[in-house]
Amino acid sequence: MNTENLQACPVPSFAPDAVVQMAHGGGGRKMQRLIDEVFTSTWANPTLLTRHDAALLSLPTDCERIAMTTDSYVVHPLFFAGGSIASLAVNGTVNDLAMGGARPLWLSVGLILEEGTEISTLHRIAAEMRECADRAGVAIVTGDTKVVERGHGDTVFVNTTGVGVLEHSSVIGPSMVQPGDAVIVSGDLGRHGIAIMAAREGLVDACDVVSDCAPVAAPVLDLLAAGLDIHCMRDLTRGGLASATVEIAEQAGVNIQLEESKLQVTEAVRATCELLGFDPLFVANEGRFLVILPAAQANAAQHILSTHHVSMGASIAGTVTDSGPGRVTLMGRFGTERVVDMLSGEQLPRIC
Amino acid sequence: MKYMDEYRDPEAVKQLADAIHNTVKRPWTLMEICGGQTHAIVRFGLDELLPKHITLLHGPGCPVCVTPVEKIDRAIAISRMPGVIFCSFGDMLRVPGTTGDLLQARAQGADVRVVYSPTDAVRIAQDNPDSQVVFFAVGFETTAPANAMAVITAFRQEVPNFSMLVSHVLVPPAMEAILSSPQCRVQGFLAAGHVCSIMGTSEYLPIAQRYRIPVVVTGFEPIDLLHGIYLCVKQLEEGRFEVENAYVRAVKDDGNVPAQQLVADVFEVTTRTWRGVGDIPFSGLHLRPEFRQFDAEVRFDVADTVAKEDAECRSGLVLQGLLNPTDCPAFGKRCTPEHPLGATMVSSEGACAAYYRYRRYAREVR
Repeated sequence: MNTENLQACPVPSFAPDAVVQMAHGGGGRKMQRLIDEVFTSTWANPTLLTRHDAALLSLPTDCERIAMTTDSYVVHPLFFAGGSIASLAVNGTVNDLAMGGARPLWLSVGLILEEGTEISTLHRIAAEMRECADRAGVAIVTGDTKVVERGHGDTVFVNTTGVGVLEHSSVIGPSMVQPGDAVIVSGDLGRHGIAIMAAREGLVDACDVVSDCAPVAAPVLDLLAAGLDIHCMRDLTRGGLASATVEIAEQAGVNIQLEESKLQVTEAVRATCELLGFDPLFVANEGRFLVILPAAQANAAQHILSTHHVSMGASIAGTVTDSGPGRVTLMGRFGTERVVDMLSGEQLPRIC
Repeated sequence: MKYMDEYRDPEAVKQLADAIHNTVKRPWTLMEICGGQTHAIVRFGLDELLPKHITLLHGPGCPVCVTPVEKIDRAIAISRMPGVIFCSFGDMLRVPGTTGDLLQARAQGADVRVVYSPTDAVRIAQDNPDSQVVFFAVGFETTAPANAMAVITAFRQEVPNFSMLVSHVLVPPAMEAILSSPQCRVQGFLAAGHVCSIMGTSEYLPIAQRYRIPVVVTGFEPIDLLHGIYLCVKQLEEGRFEVENAYVRAVKDDGNVPAQQLVADVFEVTTRTWRGVGDIPFSGLHLRPEFRQFDAEVRFDVADTVAKEDAECRSGLVLQGLLNPTDCPAFGKRCTPEHPLGATMVSSEGACAAYYRYRRYAREVR
């Protein structure tokens, strides 16, 4: 018999907690245990397991430049067809690094947990983040959790910061875009936004759309390794292709024409967009990006992209026509042209 | 895709455009009634495929645009009341009232929710018995049956905390108001296909006869619209003024009779103010006395709302086809989707929004 416990208070129950409590953010044993059992063990890697306040990281030799980005993820519902807050939080940040031409290496993860969130949900998020991190070739090297009272959060909010290394000396950004460049779109449009909408509004049965959420660093690094002179890249997340193209055109001081017949939208996405009065050009993607590079290299780039599953549907879908105030137009299937502009706010479902 | 690609086929579009070119000998001015048609025309550039001397005027058929300012103000006032859950179609949230819109009210703490059907609002009322749930019932004849059904449901299932802010409008009186104007230039109408799918075609016969004007029931896809335009100019060239149906896959001559009956059971015709246009007699619907208990304007004290329209907004002229959006001095300058002076700039069916979104500088670029 363990004599130590005879004089002490009854042994506290160490049965696993079912839900997050305020004590899980209190800095004590409960917090330690939550972090260890749910997160550190799932994400385990040598850096994380040192349990320092900061991750100490060594850069590869010859690395002179790094890329860094941060993003916060709030999504309802947490899990949807083709992804979850976990895959968004990893892929979203990894893809932002890739758009800068960087090889993603490390992620930090900050979690805001709402009191009452089921621990099993956290296990699922942690496991999916690990899976996505492995797939994207990044390690989660540091993290943080905070707990907020019930009603002060929406179960789980995630922030990830990513660091990647640049293995080339090119400058990639809107300032490099030139008249005559080609615009490549890496695949079909609108699946993520519609999958979320369908899950949120109970249209799941009516609409069989799976999010395109995926890491895109591999095809991007292949483009760079092939020595292509990439002028600019951007992922087509919030605001979709339209907003990304207008942003680049305005920042670069060029006009861009897209060709409707080269843009791909699946039947299910188109049908749901028609139903709700949405335009797929403005619907969010999580695994799509555009590449702007000299027209002479467009076919080579399209070929490289088509060898990766995530960008196998890449098409040369537009041209940087001339210098100008940043106007984007769409040449339609009937030979008529229309303006493509950013929305003033979110797309709202129509009346009839 | 079935029901979509076949109505957007470039070859078929070209054939219809050619047929219109071959038919038209004189200049004609047509008006499409529905804002959904306006958006399709501008989005697909269909007007650019027509002979130069065919003019398309954009009609009043945008339910969001014609909802009077005082109704928006009342909606905002009700939404701000404690214990109220205010439900609306998404389109209405950005429409400016005298001092703001429903999105701003939501940001300031009002419980404003987007729903896809009025019956969702009834369900929210059943789920929240301690709240007052109000649905903003706007729209033409198309949305009236579903709204009537919501009232019937609330009545039968005894949902006392449900009510409706009603701002329903009707198409034929608006057409007559346009035709009665001394400045009217409209020579042919493309009637709103979805309204006709409910109401049928017969109510347009007296208009066609009295004003000697062709009325062609028209759908919303490029092929539908060009087909409607073709039939309309063919009538004009041949000196006919008939009601014709170019949207037979959706519209029967007598419409949807059970839906009409439902509307008649719940609503009755009333004079309605159209935003920017003014009062049009017998142009709207309100709840019949036996359902007045569900009238939000009776339930909540909002009678003293004083509405004020922006003096610079000319949406009334746009809605009557008397002003092209780009000819408004404020268009794209002091009036943009971010800072709209009127509803025609915010609604997804508003003509100003269509021109801003799809046409703002397309001509200069070319």
